[in-house]
Amino acid sequence: MASNHTALPFIKVQQQDFDLTSEMTKLRQGHKNIGAVVSFIGTVRDMNEGDEVSVLELEHYPGMTEKALEKIRLEAHQRWELEASLIIHRIGKLYPADQIVLVAVASQHRENAFYAAHFIMDYLKTNAPFWKKETLPNGDIRWVDSRVSDQEAKKRWAV
Amino acid sequence: MIQILYFANFRELLGQSEEKIPSTHATVSDLLVELAARGGDWKRALTENTQLQIAVNHNIASRETPIKAGDEIAFFPPVTGG
Repeated sequence: MASNHTALPFIKVQQQDFDLTSEMTKLRQGHKNIGAVVSFIGTVRDMNEGDEVSVLELEHYPGMTEKALEKIRLEAHQRWELEASLIIHRIGKLYPADQIVLVAVASQHRENAFYAAHFIMDYLKTNAPFWKKETLPNGDIRWVDSRVSDQEAKKRWAV
Repeated sequence: MIQILYFANFRELLGQSEEKIPSTHATVSDLLVELAARGGDWKRALTENTQLQIAVNHNIASRETPIKAGDEIAFFPPVTGG
């Protein structure tokens, strides 16, 4: 089911769930100089804008999504000394507590990995073409609004 | 020809996800004028919506971005992934 048609090995846009441990093992394989691995997992909350959410559906722009994510990933590698990194983003129907996104970064020293993971998530929020639609328990369906706070968060990385 | 894609609430509002039309436009702005002339939701979504985001050939673009035959132009709302 992976729509990984651009063959970017460190970017995965897929319907199926992911397993942190196995992804970490693959990421670290062959890199004996790694001293730090930072991972971030985003999950589906059961509340948004004060309403209970039953289903979250993620739409994306095939082709552009993978390129946008790879651009963000490479930008992180330009800014910090990193050994490896990986971005997995799920699409389709998700439910409260499901995993949505994984960002994992490995470096020789912890500081670079912490910064880079934070940077990748902040940019993913504003630059990668994904859209969330939520279904409420009463059957109402609405598109999730973008947040000003996400635009603000990105500014901390301005150079 | 140019390929036009619509995503998320734009796709729903305009009732289609993609179309191909002849390439007669110098910029995205020219294309928006032609599409808005369809009236109704087209005019509202494409010219009166300050949330409109544009991509040309998978890169974020603006109304001033030049377009040519063979290009893929996409219209969508601000992104909400992660």
